[in-house]
Amino acid sequence: MSLELMKGNEAVAEAAVRAGVVSYFGYPITPQTELLEYMSHRMPELGRAFVQAESELGAINMVYGAACTGYRTMTSSSSPGVSLMLEGVSYIAGTELPMVIVNVMRGGPGLGNIAPAQSDYNQMVHGGGHGDYRCIVLAPCSVQESVDLTVLAFDLADKYRSIVVILTDGSIGQMMEACELPPMQPLKTTFADWAVQGCEGRERRFLTSINLDPAAQEEMNYRLLKRWIDVEANEIRCQEYYMEDAEYVVTGFGSSARIALSAVRIARAEGIKVGLIRPITLSPFPRQVYADLSDKIKGMLVVEMNAGQMLEDVLAANRYRTPTDFFARLGGVVPFPDEVLGEIHRMVETPISTDGHPRDRWLARVLAKG
Amino acid sequence: MVLENCEIETTVFERPDSLTGTTSHYCPGCTHGIANRLIAEVIDEMGMREKTIGVASVGCSVFIYNYLNMDFVQAPHGRAPAMATGIKRVLPDRMVFTYQGDGDLASIGMAEIVHAAARGENISVFFLNNTNYGMTGGQMAPTSMPGQKTTSSQTGRDVETQGFPIRVSEMFSKLDGASYIVRRSLHDPKHIRMAKKAIRMAFETQVRGLGFSMVELLSICPTNWGISPLNSIKWLEEKMIPYYPLGDYKIHPALAEIKL
Repeated sequence: MSLELMKGNEAVAEAAVRAGVVSYFGYPITPQTELLEYMSHRMPELGRAFVQAESELGAINMVYGAACTGYRTMTSSSSPGVSLMLEGVSYIAGTELPMVIVNVMRGGPGLGNIAPAQSDYNQMVHGGGHGDYRCIVLAPCSVQESVDLTVLAFDLADKYRSIVVILTDGSIGQMMEACELPPMQPLKTTFADWAVQGCEGRERRFLTSINLDPAAQEEMNYRLLKRWIDVEANEIRCQEYYMEDAEYVVTGFGSSARIALSAVRIARAEGIKVGLIRPITLSPFPRQVYADLSDKIKGMLVVEMNAGQMLEDVLAANRYRTPTDFFARLGGVVPFPDEVLGEIHRMVETPISTDGHPRDRWLARVLAKG
Repeated sequence: MVLENCEIETTVFERPDSLTGTTSHYCPGCTHGIANRLIAEVIDEMGMREKTIGVASVGCSVFIYNYLNMDFVQAPHGRAPAMATGIKRVLPDRMVFTYQGDGDLASIGMAEIVHAAARGENISVFFLNNTNYGMTGGQMAPTSMPGQKTTSSQTGRDVETQGFPIRVSEMFSKLDGASYIVRRSLHDPKHIRMAKKAIRMAFETQVRGLGFSMVELLSICPTNWGISPLNSIKWLEEKMIPYYPLGDYKIHPALAEIKL
């Protein structure tokens, strides 16, 4: 095993190259830009396509065109740029094409800032573009996991004719860590029967997202939904830490889960029986894990770098059974493990109130502090 | 009738292989059908039907994939040049073209088309300019003439508040990446023949790897202009051509040797 010290954004780029991406189209935006810069030299070096587009709108539609050919393609951006791409994302979903999009989230809304945040969970997991569609959303918490999930993303995209989002943030994108890169895969030589490459020796094909007949559109919507049932049955990924004897649970995704894990480890050292649940696929969401939480669990703490977007999914999956509290930092502020540890201590010392919504109670605590 | 008296039939006109034969949705008198056919004839003549990928846009041009018998994709409004870029970069040996109207190309898709041209993207663009939004019922387009009445400029386009039309070919002639930029018209047989030659030249530009090519085609829209096809042709001749002069706006020197 050979380890390389790489920046998250560049490691994702190299992993994509090794997963056989044939074209990359993007637009500079912090904190994602190193990915584009890396691709700008790496893709031409291998005789593959790289275009710095005129905008994110241009980039996603170049991806749309490239995806129609059946070859592996991708783009990457950060929050405001992804907002601009959502038109194309909806069309790509409506045309049932595979593609990978990396969202290195930053603080928002609006132009916000360039610090790490998780405030695009809803945008990526619960929609974004218009129409009834879902994307597979993968949330890495380290450079190594970013690499591994990038390879997985391309396989899932092809397998389910689906958009796969790698939802990371400025912290994971910018940090340098040792990672093992995957082997270089050969490029695709066989293509699905929908790929548009010129109609030599076969009937012509066309790819469109139009269904003027509502009944035909409904049929298409059912087809997407049936495919999604397969995704839910086969692709849910979730990592659990110290859960065997846990009396308390902390849960979060990506960076916030990683920070929370540090707090959980300290709490364990203090003798507190606390575990951590970290969804790796945010969509499909590991609902069963939360549904199956033992009645012995005295409390659950949801930690996010947004105002409780995954919290709603956790509560619904858990059917509001486990007493739950919430803790977050917003707008690009990254929580410290100490802050999460403080919340764990509070959860252990005072039974969680079941009065009102966890977000409201959290906000009340924040406001009380001034 | 005895057989000896029958003349042997020879085919003098037939549907190009590159047309599917599907009945079009175009209104009576519309010139889209002519443009579709010219593109099909040229692709047939070049023997490129099986190596061509078309990119449809949004507007009346949206259903061209039903009429042209070749691989096709359909782009979001204005984004056809970006999609064509994606396809062409992955499959550089295919012939890739977009088919766009004036609202799609010169309004919502202006960024995509300008940058495709500026990059010298090796694609061909067929740009139907009929000075209004046809599909949505005749609203003012970026190419609507000063004073032109449309459903969203009902007393005539007032340049004081609604600005001026964009002359796309003239604008693109200044871009170094553009290799073949011409304006033609579809209003009579002579000009239709010239339009066909231009379409051929645009594809030849691409096949030779010379970069971006665009043929602007002045077109009529009798339904939304609210005048008969014949009067529409007259209006095009008398009003549009003086404002949008026909001609060659940019020709790559390497194209000079091609004789059609």
